[in-house]
Amino acid sequence: MDWTWLHKFGSPPHVYRLAGLLTPWFAWPAALLILGALYGGLVLAPPDYQQGDGFRIIYVHAPSAWLGVMIYAVMATAAGVGLIWRMKVAHAVAASCAGVGAWFTVVSLLTGMLWGKPMWGTYWVWDPRLTAQLILLFLYLGFMGLRASIDDTSRADRASAVLALVGVVNLPVIRYSVEWWNSIHQAPSVMKMDRPSMPFDMLAPLLAMLLGFTLYFGAVLLIRLRAEILRRERNASWIREELT
Amino acid sequence: MSAPGVLRAAVWVVQRDLRLAARRPAQVLQPLAFFAVVTLLFPLGYTPELAKLRAIAPGVLWVAALLASMLALESLFREDAEDGTLEQFVVSGQPLTLLLLAKTATHWLLTGLPLTLMAPLVGGALGVPFAALGGILSALVLGTISLSLIGAVGAGLTLASRRGGVLLSLLTLPLAVPVLIFGARATELAIAGDSLTAPLYLLGAVAVLGVTLAPLAAAAAVRIGLE
Repeated sequence: MDWTWLHKFGSPPHVYRLAGLLTPWFAWPAALLILGALYGGLVLAPPDYQQGDGFRIIYVHAPSAWLGVMIYAVMATAAGVGLIWRMKVAHAVAASCAGVGAWFTVVSLLTGMLWGKPMWGTYWVWDPRLTAQLILLFLYLGFMGLRASIDDTSRADRASAVLALVGVVNLPVIRYSVEWWNSIHQAPSVMKMDRPSMPFDMLAPLLAMLLGFTLYFGAVLLIRLRAEILRRERNASWIREELT
Repeated sequence: MSAPGVLRAAVWVVQRDLRLAARRPAQVLQPLAFFAVVTLLFPLGYTPELAKLRAIAPGVLWVAALLASMLALESLFREDAEDGTLEQFVVSGQPLTLLLLAKTATHWLLTGLPLTLMAPLVGGALGVPFAALGGILSALVLGTISLSLIGAVGAGLTLASRRGGVLLSLLTLPLAVPVLIFGARATELAIAGDSLTAPLYLLGAVAVLGVTLAPLAAAAAVRIGLE
């Protein structure tokens, strides 16, 4: 089998150009989906029979919580690929993921707190899901802190990649260990095997928002990846040709 | 030239580290003194009432053990990296994973085990009943094994970085959360006089997972750190 198409992804100039070409294909659908879902979620969807209009924060909260976890998976996969096949571009992807993932985790925690105040009467409870999300934030911070503390890019790449992989092993353990406490966080209402416990007008904007946020992450990742590649290859001759 | 057996090399590492520790007892004693002082601050800072202290004893014991073992991690690889010992490990032709496992085991003998043995004394000061000590000791044995292993990965990763200390705790503490939760849970059950089989099994599972995977990650980290 011919693997040259795959090897192209190891070449910074190729990835730099490809990322530039793909960015609008992620950015525009993301913008349309998010705007549409905001209208659908804030205007069209009916108020919840218990929570009234307060439930509408779910349209930001659930997608960012989902992305906080998913971006960690993307980051760890890229770090593993970089470590195993010594692929610099993969390390650049992992490095670009961390900041975005950390911010989505912060957003999910903050929106969760704003939601918790009127619904539970408190901003914060030491509930398993909240705690696991907070620890996820610390894993991101550790990853970024380790990268920042090592001057040599190649060593920083590989050391942080090992950390990301160790974190993957530990994430399920953390997840199940914090299940020891009783939860007041509501059970998942979308990711269920049987029918979702939400009417269609509430669910459709949420799904659109999930997809929109994911595409937005794709667009931001591509932009950050281009910046990261420029930073790493700042002395390479192809950049001079590319930018003139 | 035939290399000496793998096990002999590991035993040699253990002997060497024990001898080094015997020559510098202060380094071994500091984390233990820290453990005792931190736990004994609670009767002074919170309340001298034993009933109230007993309620927070599980958390206090485990957080203090976690911080004390964190303090001891600084010395795990740093000096051996600076004087070239770790580089000799890498070029020795012996599996680095096993040599680091031996080093971590010695580290546990010098910190985790003494911490565990101090628990009756410190626990007594916090009003822990005598009958609970057996359960607490077994939980601490299993828990400190995991803490040493997790710490070895963190200490290996920070070798490459300019400033170790704060970063080491940022890397290690989130990974140590399960040990803290299961350990405190086991201690709580032991104090209440209930069966602590479930959290003990979980602590054991974490320790087994750590013995299996942590030396591999630590070896990868040390190789990167030494370049």
